Amino acid sequence: MKLTKAQYDEIAQFLGHVQPTRQSLRKLKEKFPSQSQSTLLSIFSQEYQKQIKRTHAKHHTAEAIETYYQRYLNGVMKNAAAPILLELANEVDFAPSLMARIVLERFLQEKEQAIPSKTLINSMLRDPSQIPNGVLANQVYQCTVNDCCYGPLVDCIKHAIGHEHEVLLREMLLEKNLSFIAEDQLRAKGYDKTPDFILEVPVAVEGHIIHWIESKASFGDESSHQAYLQDQFWSYWNRFGPGLVIYWYGFIEELDCHRERGILLKDCFPTDIVTLRHSMAQR
Amino acid sequence: MKRNICAVILILVRNKLLPVRAASVVPNVENHIHDKLVSLSLLQKDFVPFLLNFLREQTSQILTNGPSTPAKTPSSKAHGSQRTGSERRASLGSFLTATPEALPARRGRRKGSSSVSASGRQVARDLGRSLAEEEDGKNDSVSWSAGRRKRSEASLVSARSPPSQLNLNNLEEFPPMGAASGWTNKSKPSRRINPTPVSAERPLSKPKMCFTSTPVSQSPAARFSSASSLEAFTTVQEGNLTSVISNSLQEEREMLKKERYSLRISLDPGTPTKPSYTRSASLPAESHLVTCAYPTKVSCKKQLECLAQLYSSCIAENLVPNIFLELFFVLQLLTSKGTSTAEDGDSDLEVNERSKGKQCVHNCVYFAVQVLDYQIISHLEKGMLKLLAENERIASFSPTLHERLRQAYESSTAKVSLLLPCSVQSVSFQPETDNRSNFPSDRAFHIFKKQRDIFYELLREWEDNHEKTGWDFERVLGNKIRAMMAHLSATCNHSHFARLFQKQLIQMCKGPTGGGASWGDTPDQDVLNMLGSDNLSRLKRLQERFVVPQSIRGPCPPPSFPGCQQFFRDFILSAGSYQFNQHLVDSLCLKILELNGLTLVEHEHSDGEADMDEQDEKKRFTVVLLSLRLLAKFLGFLVFLPYRTVEQPTRDLQDSAVALRNQTLPVLDVLKLLRQSIWDRRSILTIPWIVEYLSLVDHIAPFLDYYKKVFCLLLLMVLSEDKEMSFLNKLLILAVLGWLFQVESLALFPSCCVLSAFHFFSYQDSVPLVDQQLLYTCCPYLGELRKLLASFVAGSGAKNGGFIRKITPTAAESLAPKHFSLEQVELEQAFFHNQPPSLRRTVEFVAERVGSNCVKHIKATLVAELVQRAEVMLQDKVKEEDANHDKLLEEVCAHLYEEGAQALIKGREFCKKKGPEAVRVLLPEETSAAVLSSAEDIAVELATEKACGWLSANIAALIKREVRATFNRMLKVPGLPMPGEDALELRRDCPPGCQHCAPLPSQIINEIKDVLCVAVGPRDEGEVIDYVWLECLLGRLGQTLRCRKFMCPTSEQQLAKCTVELASLLVSDRVPLSLGIKSQEKSSERLRVKTNPTYGLLKLLLSVWKEDFGTPVPVQLMFSKKNIGYLAEVKQREWDLFLFMLHGFVEHELMRTSEIENCLHTLEELPWSSDFLKELEMLSRVFLSEHHLEEPRTNSCEPTRQSLGTVTAQS
Repeated sequence: MKLTKAQYDEIAQFLGHVQPTRQSLRKLKEKFPSQSQSTLLSIFSQEYQKQIKRTHAKHHTAEAIETYYQRYLNGVMKNAAAPILLELANEVDFAPSLMARIVLERFLQEKEQAIPSKTLINSMLRDPSQIPNGVLANQVYQCTVNDCCYGPLVDCIKHAIGHEHEVLLREMLLEKNLSFIAEDQLRAKGYDKTPDFILEVPVAVEGHIIHWIESKASFGDESSHQAYLQDQFWSYWNRFGPGLVIYWYGFIEELDCHRERGILLKDCFPTDIVTLRHSMAQR
Repeated sequence: MKRNICAVILILVRNKLLPVRAASVVPNVENHIHDKLVSLSLLQKDFVPFLLNFLREQTSQILTNGPSTPAKTPSSKAHGSQRTGSERRASLGSFLTATPEALPARRGRRKGSSSVSASGRQVARDLGRSLAEEEDGKNDSVSWSAGRRKRSEASLVSARSPPSQLNLNNLEEFPPMGAASGWTNKSKPSRRINPTPVSAERPLSKPKMCFTSTPVSQSPAARFSSASSLEAFTTVQEGNLTSVISNSLQEEREMLKKERYSLRISLDPGTPTKPSYTRSASLPAESHLVTCAYPTKVSCKKQLECLAQLYSSCIAENLVPNIFLELFFVLQLLTSKGTSTAEDGDSDLEVNERSKGKQCVHNCVYFAVQVLDYQIISHLEKGMLKLLAENERIASFSPTLHERLRQAYESSTAKVSLLLPCSVQSVSFQPETDNRSNFPSDRAFHIFKKQRDIFYELLREWEDNHEKTGWDFERVLGNKIRAMMAHLSATCNHSHFARLFQKQLIQMCKGPTGGGASWGDTPDQDVLNMLGSDNLSRLKRLQERFVVPQSIRGPCPPPSFPGCQQFFRDFILSAGSYQFNQHLVDSLCLKILELNGLTLVEHEHSDGEADMDEQDEKKRFTVVLLSLRLLAKFLGFLVFLPYRTVEQPTRDLQDSAVALRNQTLPVLDVLKLLRQSIWDRRSILTIPWIVEYLSLVDHIAPFLDYYKKVFCLLLLMVLSEDKEMSFLNKLLILAVLGWLFQVESLALFPSCCVLSAFHFFSYQDSVPLVDQQLLYTCCPYLGELRKLLASFVAGSGAKNGGFIRKITPTAAESLAPKHFSLEQVELEQAFFHNQPPSLRRTVEFVAERVGSNCVKHIKATLVAELVQRAEVMLQDKVKEEDANHDKLLEEVCAHLYEEGAQALIKGREFCKKKGPEAVRVLLPEETSAAVLSSAEDIAVELATEKACGWLSANIAALIKREVRATFNRMLKVPGLPMPGEDALELRRDCPPGCQHCAPLPSQIINEIKDVLCVAVGPRDEGEVIDYVWLECLLGRLGQTLRCRKFMCPTSEQQLAKCTVELASLLVSDRVPLSLGIKSQEKSSERLRVKTNPTYGLLKLLLSVWKEDFGTPVPVQLMFSKKNIGYLAEVKQREWDLFLFMLHGFVEHELMRTSEIENCLHTLEELPWSSDFLKELEMLSRVFLSEHHLEEPRTNSCEPTRQSLGTVTAQS
């Protein structure tokens, strides 16, 4: 679903300080009933991540970490079963998963008398059973499960969604009889940058030549699109020529401004695909 | 005066000193000039320059007021910008017509008397302007440029103020480019807007920038003024009439040739007449009245005819330095306006000449028409022919010429559009040259990946901004480019980058205008929509009109880097990297040699099919030629860049530089290539790019021994007469060479060239590959002619029509095959000899491709197979202790080499199978069986030779490289799954008939996550999970897992983990289930044993884990401290559910009894409360006793079986 910049801004503004809980998501859906849920969720997630990026540093000062850790200790001392960490995170406007990480890190540091490795921390967040302290394990698990923007569970869901859309796209290409080389094949051949699909025979979509298609199971907002352009889309153009990006959850209309240059945006699989007659006749 | 000259010319012609049409020349005869003739030849070789100057002189007054006159062609070097106005005024030309007595006072004459030329007209013009334009003549030295600019501005202004209503449909107001408007009233100036090239950056004060200089001058050997030379000339002629008569044209040509060399000495790069070539000042925007020309008012017809004949001969015999300059001049005469009394300055000169001028218009037109009558005009471009055919003057002066023109126009199809679309595209990534194996290290590979993206980023930035005011390439991009160079140096990636750079250059700039980033792109879509398709073509024409002329700078513009080429030039300059330049030079040389090797094929023109081939051939030729010219220009730029100087060096500096540089070898042996091309009769391909290369020479290079030879050879090409050569081929060569010798750096080209002993009487180059489009693309400045004519539009448009001209091609040699037995080679040659050339091309092509495909196929099959086996071997051996990796690799590879030998056998098989297939498909159906089978055999043989040759030399290295790469990958990924496990995973497939409509994994994970959220809290008040809904969710989970389509490993692992968590929460009664009414009814049957509905859910989970998951489910997580902790926190603990799960694990083969035992033991070691510990121990006992007892039993999962019952807390 394409949104105008104005529509997008309205949603983004509403999202200002919404906490990343399932309760907030419910409210969001009520507020914008006309928008698809996935689009709203995607925008919410991106906006929240932007907000977290902005405040990230402030939660990682030595003082802040110490404060959070002490509050956690005091909290569980009083009532270990209460959602101490989750509430703390919500109170200071920080992602629960990230709060859990801060406290876990601090805890391990005290216990091991050394700064724990990233891999260890990640592993423990993924499987809190590995956390040597039962209370903390429960608290951490509660945080990661309840966080709908960060954490291993959310990461996995995002990954799954991305994969599913790639599969969907592959299906559509097969259905349209468009032969393609997929990312894994490209990697095997040693390509240094690989879009999801390269069309073996280019097609035209809305009058634009398409050599490759990239599937993005997210909403295309300004910052994410800029980052993608920089890291991926232009690189694809540089190697394979013009191509198509599908933002399955929509994008801001105004961002579709590089069509002439060779980057076309769509929010669905295009319907009017013009193929090279020559090669189609042979099929 | 005039009478004298005419008399001389008449004598000359009458005595056949100057044959009107010279016979074909056998060049090697030219070397033998009889000594006796030397003195005469000296005089003779002065003749052509003299003639050209004379014509300019005679017409200067008329042209002054008409369209901006071109400089007189034969101008000498005396017109440098350093000359002052007064000097100019005193120049010989003015005296030639007015006061010849003043001649001796002229200072510049020692440099060459022909400085006569432009000056006369110049003076008149200067005078005229200085008077007309507000006495602007205070500063004489700048007046010309200033005046010129002013005029440019004036005409620009007029161009910018269109009629109040633009009517695009009006063909009169917007006629097509090069087409005449419908004016019938010839006395009115056209209203056409003709944009003026604005060249403020090339003011006259910088003459080096404009080298439309006029190369012909009188030889310095003739140390007398033109006036005196005339006298001497006459005398000598009269005195040597007899010997003169016996002279054949050969001698004359030889003399002219020498003249050509000598004139280089006297050339002045800064001839101030140059700007006059730009016709900015010329156009009818100035409202001069066009004087009508009448054939009846022509005086001295006979002399004029004689003169025209003479002049035409000079042109026809290539005796003029640049035929297009002459044609331009003739067209100027044709369109001259004569003097009009009102605006002209009132100088003595003008007064004296006025009446003559009036009359001269008629004479000029008559002369021009006469000359045109001699020229082969039918080959001119269609637009040009139209303008000529519509020219009223031609119609009235020579109806026959008019008729010929009309016919030529109607039959011509040679339409030229200067506007070709340009689409900017990137260079595609090719694994063969660009993947990791082409780089020495991972780092180099990754850095290059970044450099590629940065390069395009710079390009995009340039495209977006370079036309904005104040945007400076060096300031904005300079540092980025240098940073990039530093990175490239650090990883020795220059060669890769040079290749990318060169490919991108060709990609963007091979078009005629050097890549029209500025204007060639598709027009703004909104504008197009507004106009509608009807007006599109008009818009295009309009765009052409506004855009094209400005990209042209007079008939002889300096070499430039238009459009996107500018980016590449500036990039090189900003990079300032020696390494990069060197690699780029290497890359350019290689590509040039490759393209220069293009096979020029002749075509039979017997049938229609050949026509198609011929068109393809032309297309191919055009692309290659344009690419070559582009690459050669950049090569020339790079090669001569270090020697580039702003100023012409002094003689001393020049001598020492020459001595120094004579020692070094040229990067690309253009001399050899040029000679070879002449021998091979393919100079039509080679000369145009060599000209581009040479146009960028520095001031010294032309004096180097090597380049002297090159230029001499090129001059010979100009002078050589070749009737066999296709007209347009010749025209292109003459045009580019004519242009080259106007280049400033070549202005002082040494006269003392010693011709090499090279004989080229066999020179002919007759595959007609050049068409009008190519000619105009290579020489956009030829468009000036058309513009000149367009400015004098009259008459009505002719009808369109025409047919496709058949062009008769002749021979050119093709490649020789490269294999062994002489007899076989001969036989093969013989075989091809009587077959159409397409057969040979097909066979060669098939052999080349099949050979190459064969290698690829071997790589993909045999080598890949061997590598796979190596992988298995290595995997086993790597585990055995820490072996020496290199040694291990060697061992494994050595083992494989023997099998690698199979490559040759397989390769042969491949070629034998594929070659004939391809040949059969590509050759005509009607090919006879015998021919077909021979062709197949040859193709197979050639392909096998190619493939097996490569394979036998490289197979071992290839295997080793691939194995090493795989091995490195293997070592890098630590937990690399065993191939067996991988295969297991891959083998899983959807159940038969699966419609792939199960819920998506992400959806299920999301829903389970929500359940977990509610379970672990915090919850809203009264928040519960519906039992039926959860049951349904688990059912859908099963569906999702069974359909493999959308599943990926991470999703599946996450689902496994989440469901185990869910089970733990269910077991410890953490999930607030609500039993709906329906569910109670339903569950009554299912849960007949126990009322707790959780059993049903757990059973479902166990079954899903067992049946539907492809990955192992981490059920042992249920024994984790955290999850057991959930139980520990429950006050009224029920162990039944947990025990139920333990049995379930065993029954579903999710865990073995011993594993569970271990887990329980580990649990007991944790610091639990003593109560809890007791319960745990009890659980353990119960489970073990029961399980060991009932082990043989099947279907033991029924909760009824559990003897333990409810274990309650003992407290």
